[in-house]
Order: sequence, then C-alpha cells, then structure tokens
Amino acid sequence: MKKGTSMTVTSPAKQASAFGAMARSNTAVGLFFMLPAAVFLLCFLTYPLGLGVWLGFTDATIGRDGIFIGLENYQALAGDSVFWMAVSNTIFYTLIASILKFILGLWLALILNEHLPFKTFFRAIILLPWVVPTVLSALAFWWIYDAQFSIISWSLMELGWISGPINFLGDPNNARASVIAANVWRGIPFVAISLLAGLQTIPQSLHEAASLDGATGWQRFRYITLPMLTPIIAVVMTFSVLFTFTDFQLIYVLTKGGPVNATHLMATLSFQRGIPGGQLGEGAAIAVAMIPFLLASILFSFFGLQRRKWQQGGQD
Amino acid sequence: MASVEFANVRKSFGTHPVIKGVDIEIADGEFVILVGPSGCGKSTLLRMLAGLENISAGEIRIGGQVVNGLAPKERDIAMVFQNYALYPHMTVADNMAFSLTLKGAAKSEIEKRVKPAAEILGLSHLLDRFPRQLSGGQRQRVAMGRAIVRDPQVFLFDEPLSNLDAKLRVAMRAEIKELHQRLKTTTVYVTHDQIEAMTMADKIVVMHDGIVEQIGAPLELYDQPANLFVASFIGSPAMNMIKGRLDPNDTQKFVTEKGVVLPVAKAPESAKGLALIYGLRPEHMTIAAGGIPAEVVVIEPTGSETQMIMRVGGDLVTGVFHQRISARPGEVVGLSIHAESTYLFDAETGKRLV
Repeated sequence: MKKGTSMTVTSPAKQASAFGAMARSNTAVGLFFMLPAAVFLLCFLTYPLGLGVWLGFTDATIGRDGIFIGLENYQALAGDSVFWMAVSNTIFYTLIASILKFILGLWLALILNEHLPFKTFFRAIILLPWVVPTVLSALAFWWIYDAQFSIISWSLMELGWISGPINFLGDPNNARASVIAANVWRGIPFVAISLLAGLQTIPQSLHEAASLDGATGWQRFRYITLPMLTPIIAVVMTFSVLFTFTDFQLIYVLTKGGPVNATHLMATLSFQRGIPGGQLGEGAAIAVAMIPFLLASILFSFFGLQRRKWQQGGQD
Repeated sequence: MASVEFANVRKSFGTHPVIKGVDIEIADGEFVILVGPSGCGKSTLLRMLAGLENISAGEIRIGGQVVNGLAPKERDIAMVFQNYALYPHMTVADNMAFSLTLKGAAKSEIEKRVKPAAEILGLSHLLDRFPRQLSGGQRQRVAMGRAIVRDPQVFLFDEPLSNLDAKLRVAMRAEIKELHQRLKTTTVYVTHDQIEAMTMADKIVVMHDGIVEQIGAPLELYDQPANLFVASFIGSPAMNMIKGRLDPNDTQKFVTEKGVVLPVAKAPESAKGLALIYGLRPEHMTIAAGGIPAEVVVIEPTGSETQMIMRVGGDLVTGVFHQRISARPGEVVGLSIHAESTYLFDAETGKRLV
C-alpha cells in the first residue's frame, strides 16, 4: 500500500518536470504570458502599420497589387503643392487648436476646481461635447456654419452687426477658422477633465502654505499649481496634439478638405488620394509622412516636460 | 512678535457649531499649546488664527489689531503643517526662501536669511535637495526653517510631530522648545498629545467639544484640574476615578459604591450627600503594611518604576511606584493613600470640589 502510493506520486511528478523546469524559469513564464498580447499587437497594430508603410513604397491602386517603386511616391509628394498645403494646414490646425484647447481647458478646470454650487452637475455637462459621436457634432456644426441658414449669421444679422450671412465654409480663411473652432469645442472636455483630475492631486495644504507665505492668487497659480501640473499637462497635451494632428472626421464631414483644398489635413488628403482617388500607394505615403511629426511631438513631451527631477525622488 | 487674543470666538460649519465661544489671551513671546482629543476644535481654532477658516462670530486680535477680515498673507504669521506642506518641486533652499522670493527680495538678502536659519536647524548640507529626498525629521526641519526665515509675528504649529516615530518625536520636541527659547517668537501649537503639551508649553489650553476647559501652566493643570475632563486628560497614566459618596458622619472619609473607605482631606460640608467621584493620581500612593487591601491584577516593571493595576473593592486602580515590588498577580497588598493629594469631583457637573 505504501509502495503503491509512492509510485503513483512519482510518475506524474516526472511528467511535470519539464513543465516544472519552465515554470521555475521566470523568463520563460513571462514570455509565455506575454504571448496573447504579442499576437494581438502583431495582428492589429504591426501588420496594418507595416502594410501601410509597404504600400507607400509601391504604386498600388484599388484592385491592383502594386510593385515596389522605392521612393517615387515621396519624390512626387515633394513637388506636390497640395501636399505641402496639407502639411502646413495640419501644423497650423494642430498648433492653433491645441493652444486654444489648452488655455480654455485649463481655465475651465480651474473654475471647476473651485467650490461651486452644482459642481458635479457642471462637471458632467462639460463632458458632453466629448461624449457625442464626432459625426453627430460635425453635422450640427455643418448646420451652424451653413451659408444660408447659419444661426450665427442669423443672430448677428438680427442684432444688425452684419448685413449678409457669413460664408463660413466657402472662404478659405473662414473655413480654416471654422473647423478649428469646431475641433476646439470638441477637444476642450478632454483637456479640462484631465487637468481637473491633475488639479485635485495638488494638496490643499500647499495652497494654504503659499497663501501664508504671502502669495497672491496669481502667484499661487504661477509657483504652485502650474509647476505641479506640468507632468499632467505634458501627457494631456501630447494626447491632444496627437488627436488633433490625425483628425479626420470633423474635416471630412464639414468641408471634405475644401474650398480648393484650403482645409485639407494630411489625414483627409491621404484618404482622398487613397480611397476615392484610388491611388493607394500615394495615400499611404502621405499617411506615413505624418509619422515623423507625431514621433517628434511624443519625444518633445517625454524629454522636455514629463521627466522632472523632483518627481523622481531618491538620489540626485 | 505680538500678543494674540481670542474674544468669544465662534465657528459653525453650516448649522453644526464646532467652536462654541472661546476666550484665550496669549502674551507676547509665550509658547501656548492647544490640547484636546481629536474633534475638539483645536485645529480649527488654529486655522482661524491663520486666516484659513473664516470666523463665524467674535474677534481674533494679533498685536492688538483685529484680523477677522485680513487675508492669511496680511497677518504676518508662519505655520508648520502636520504634513509639512513642502513645495515638492522646489529645493530645500527655495522652499525656505519662497516667502522672500514672492516679496522680490534680492538674492544676497535671501541668502543672508536662509543660511543662518539652515544652520540653526542643521540643514546646511541639504539645501540643494528636493523634499522627496529627505527623511521625515529633515522635512519637519525644513518646514520650520521656512517659518523661521519669515521672522513672523506668530508661529503656528499644527500637530507637527504626529507623523514622526516616537524617538524622533522626543528629539524634535526638545528642538522646538530650544528654538522658541532662542527666537522668543509668540507660538501657538496644536497637539492631541498631553505629554507634548506638558513638556513644551508655557501655558496649556485644554479644549473639549468646542470650548476651553481650562487654561494654565502645565503643573497648574496637573495639580489643580478644574474638572473631571482636565483631570483625566492630563497625566499619564491617567488619574484613577472612583464613584461614591462622603461618609455622612465624617467629611474626611470617602465611601466607594462597593463600601471601601478612602481618605479625603477637608471636604466641604456642601459635598455631603452628593454623588461624587474620587480622583487619585497613580503616583500618589505607596505600598504599606496595614494599608487599604488591594489585590494585584497586573504588574508592569519598567526598570525605573513599577506600574500596578490593582482591585480595590470592586474598582480597578492604577498605581505607579518608585520602588521595585515583588508582588504576584492575585496577591493582596496594603495601599497607603496620601489624603492631601486626592481630589473630589461633583459627579453631575464634573467640577472639582477639593
């Protein structure tokens, strides 16, 4: 009986030993557990990105596999004035919209951080523009900016400030300002709520200490709030810049890049050339051309703003 | 430096009163400690003095000037917070110099003020560090340095030692006291630790439930507590409290509910017939043959003294003895009580009668 028991115990132990050796090696176990995530990333991130980059080096069109043509697409884009206009539009759009979103978002966050009546209600309301599907809010803006039925034009005309309706989306500069305004409206909640979360991590006693030290409201903001908020600002604004730089839906619904390509962003131009235009290779090349800009903004945020010595603690 | 006065100060949060009419006078250069259990309103009172909480009624005066309507920065006071409230993104030097920087002081002036303060506190070698790189005691010192650099009219301390370990607390206690002796700035200090209050203060304000129970020098509170609350709060181990009445025939005898007779010094005739509480400090008794029989329950020798919990009649009594005692639990010893150092309290009002 005793012998039997010991035998039944040893044989599965022997079988398990190979698995046991692996289980004992932390590296092997770690790699094993990473497998599902790795497969997921490979299928849904690396493959599409790789395919996009590859297409940029081919002359593929819809319905025809392209052949490798090296940098020909990029050479063509280098001499393409519409492409360069889209690049400058994208930079302008991102820059202005991000600055506005930052200023207005921070302002809103500071207000919501005060002891207001109905504070939670306002905080919930603030999120609405962000929650509404982009296409829906874009459609609303389309009406607001309508050449004939715009409520803005109507109100200003009723007030007697203008004589005829404003051509919001028909004039290149008006159109640029209009799409930026729509993007800012949509992007503020993300900035405001994230910064509000950041503001709430600043201990109240620091503000109290500063006000005892003689700081005015502005000085408290300048010397306490802003420096302590910087790491969060860096993260939030990096995301905001990335979202804005790659914006597509708003433009596509509002102007489709018009009038005369005046509001084309790199993302909309890439789609325009690649899908309705059929030139997959060229469209992909435009999309790939966005990558350096995005990497630059991430690196700037990472090295310039996020790593602060005082956050690290430990040794200097 | 300046005097500080609270005149019938009240504070309510909504309809809930937390400070119910407080009068305190603090002389110029005095070290005053507000002490009481948590929730008694002592921190609120300090924050009202700092200007961080508004005053519902009454007046607070600093140097004779009413400060009710003044913003914190106009009151010329410095405060050390319980969590230190150091600016995490500034070095020690910048933390200490912050108030001067705000005023636009010249670099040489800032250095002239920060350096000696850092030297006093032993922070000279840490001036370039960030708060995260400091130990708790060092952070505490930086917070004090920030206050010293200001050279304010009044120092406020809000439970500054409660985040430190026991050993460091004792060391910092001495340091703060020494600092006050050197600077002689009026200081208001809040704590819930009566030992801290006893060892550091010139004057102690005992607070309970939004009112001042008693104000006085440490030993005055210890020797002449105004009521049951102060008597039980000050002193460690706490005063023994035993319920009972006076012997109707002899005002020098107190009879506990269990019928044990305890000695009393000259109780007033008016105390006869009242429900009383007999107060006896653990250190005011000795072991003597033929004394009141007491059954040893727990014996705790600490080396320098011996603490014993005993059962007298049905009541538990704690005693502290300066001799070594070899009694065992269950043994009965004789207890001799010094009648002169006993107290009698009115059980209903809590007021001390003797």
